[in-house]
Amino acid sequence: MALQDICNFQSVFEDRLTTEYPAVPHGKKIASSYVSGLPFSNNKSLFHFYIPVAEYLDESPIQFGQISTVQNCSAVSSEDPFLTSSSLPTCLPFASSQSVPLPFPMAHGTTTLAFMFQGGVMAAADTRSSCSGLVACPASQKILPIHSHLVGLTSGTSADCALWKRILARELRLYQLRHGRRLSTSGAAKLLSHMLHPFKGTELCVAATLCGWDGGETGPGSRGETTKNQMTELFYVCSDGTRLRGMLFSVGSGSPYAYSILDQGVHWGLSVDEAKSIAREAVYRATYRDAYSGNCVDMYHITSKGWTRRNREDLKEEYYREKERRKHEKTERRDVTFSD
Amino acid sequence: MLSSQHFGDPGKMKDYHYTGPVEHKFSPYAYNGGTVLAVAGEDFAIVASDTRLSEGYSIHSRDSPKCYKLTDTTVLGCSGFHGDCLTLTKIIDARLKMYKHSNNKTMTSGAIAAMLSTILYSRRFFPYYVYNIIGGLDEEGKGAVYSFDPVGSYQRDTYKAGGSASAMLQPLLDNQIGFKNMESVEHVPLTKDKAVQLVKDVFISAAERDVYTGDALRICVITKEGINEENIPLRKD
Repeated sequence: MALQDICNFQSVFEDRLTTEYPAVPHGKKIASSYVSGLPFSNNKSLFHFYIPVAEYLDESPIQFGQISTVQNCSAVSSEDPFLTSSSLPTCLPFASSQSVPLPFPMAHGTTTLAFMFQGGVMAAADTRSSCSGLVACPASQKILPIHSHLVGLTSGTSADCALWKRILARELRLYQLRHGRRLSTSGAAKLLSHMLHPFKGTELCVAATLCGWDGGETGPGSRGETTKNQMTELFYVCSDGTRLRGMLFSVGSGSPYAYSILDQGVHWGLSVDEAKSIAREAVYRATYRDAYSGNCVDMYHITSKGWTRRNREDLKEEYYREKERRKHEKTERRDVTFSD
Repeated sequence: MLSSQHFGDPGKMKDYHYTGPVEHKFSPYAYNGGTVLAVAGEDFAIVASDTRLSEGYSIHSRDSPKCYKLTDTTVLGCSGFHGDCLTLTKIIDARLKMYKHSNNKTMTSGAIAAMLSTILYSRRFFPYYVYNIIGGLDEEGKGAVYSFDPVGSYQRDTYKAGGSASAMLQPLLDNQIGFKNMESVEHVPLTKDKAVQLVKDVFISAAERDVYTGDALRICVITKEGINEENIPLRKD
C-alpha cells in the first residue's frame, strides 16, 4: 500500500518489538530490519527517522512526565533484562564529531546549586534560558522532579536535559517495577552516566545534579551511615563521563559566584530556614554578576517525606529590597557619625 | 572545528574586509527568514505569520505562509529553513494520520507538542533548522501555545514570537500581553478582538524594521467553532 510504504508503517511498528541495533553487545543477535547509517543515504524514505538512541525514542508520544508502562513492557519483556538495562546504541555515525556546523546557537548558561545538611538536601536554580545573547525563556524549569524522592537539577543544553531526564525517569520506573524496590540515587547516577557515555565527544551537553533520599529498602548496597543518619545523597553527573558524590555542588556559568556564598555559610547544622535563605542568597548573587543567569529562583527541599517546592521568587524584588537596605544603612551610619 | 562565523546571524551580511583565506564548505542549511507568532487566550488561540520567503538579498516568494493547519484545533507555525519546514510538516501529517488510524481519535495539542519534541530530538546531531510554535486548544478548550527550539526543547507559554523578528516582537508581547515591566497596571484579560488587533499592529511594526518580514500577514484564529483565516497586506519593500 502506498501510504504504508511512504511512512514505513510496518517497520516502524515492528521495530518497536525488536531491538534495532546492527551489532549488539553481549553477543545476542535479534532479527531486525532497522537500517542505520547516514540519514541522507537512507533510501527507504524520508519518514524513516534516524534515531541516535533508538530504543528510547521510538515510542508513541509519552505524556510529559508520565511513564506509559503498557507500551514499554511489551517492547522490552521479550528481551533479557540485563541487556535492555545496559543496552546502548553501538553504531553512531556521528559519534566522533559534529560534521555539519549548526547555523544556530543552543540554549546554555545557568546557575544551579545543591547541598546536604541535617534537614535533607536543598536545591536551588535560576530560571533563565539564554541562547547566545538572547533570553530564549525567562521562566524555564531547571529543577525537574524525577520521582517522589529524587530531583534532578539540569544545566547545559535544555533540549538534552529535558530528554535525558525523561529517559532517566522511565528507566527508574522500569527498574522499580521489575525489581520491586526503588533504585538508589547512586544507582540512578550510575545509570545516567552510562547512558550518556556513548555520546562522549559529541556536542551533547548535560551536567546534572541528582539529589535524592534513599529509603531503607534499597538493599545490601545502601550506605546507611547511622552516625549522621545520612540517607540523602547528592551526585553530579556530566556528559563527559564525570560522576561524583559530594555534599555541595554548584553547576553552570554562575557557579563561581554561588560557590563563594555557599562555602562561607553552609555547614551540617543549618536549620531549614537558614538553608533556604543561603540557597536563595547564593542564586541571587550569581544572577547579579553572571549575565547568563537571572529572572527567578526555584527551590526544592528533599527530605524523607519526598520533595517540597517553594514558590518561585522573582529576584528583581530582592534587588530592590537590597537597595532599600543599603540606603537605610547609609542613613544610619551618617546619624551615628554625627551624633558622637 | 567550528568557527565563530557559523554562530553569527545567519543570512545577514558578512563583513566586507579581507580576513585572510577562508575555506568554504557546502552547508546543507539555508536561511529563508520569516516571522511566526502565537497567542493563547481564554478560549481561543491565534497563530500568525508573514508570507515572505527570502534568501540572502532576494525574495523568492511573496505568498508563502508559514502557518500549517494540523488538526481542527491545532496550527503549527514554522520558520527558518524552508526545506526543513516542508519535510517536517509532511512527517507530522503522516504521524497524525497514523495516530488517527491506530487510536481512532485525533491528536490533542499537548500530544502533538510532545511528539514534535521527539521528532526534532531524533535529529539531534543533524537538526531540522526550524523554529516551531504550535497554537491550539487543549482538552479543556483553553488556548495553548507551545514553543520549541530547533532540537526539541519545548514548553507551554501564553504567547511567543519566533523567527527573524522574534527579538523585536517578544519584548513587545511581554509588555502588552504579559504586563511585564510596568508598575501598577490593571491586568485585563485579553479578548479575541483585542488580540487580533494587537497581532496586526505588532506585525506592521516588525515589517518596518526587519527586512525578512513583510508582504502579507496570515492570521489563523482557532476557536471551538473552527479555524478562521485572514490575510492582511504588509509593506512590500
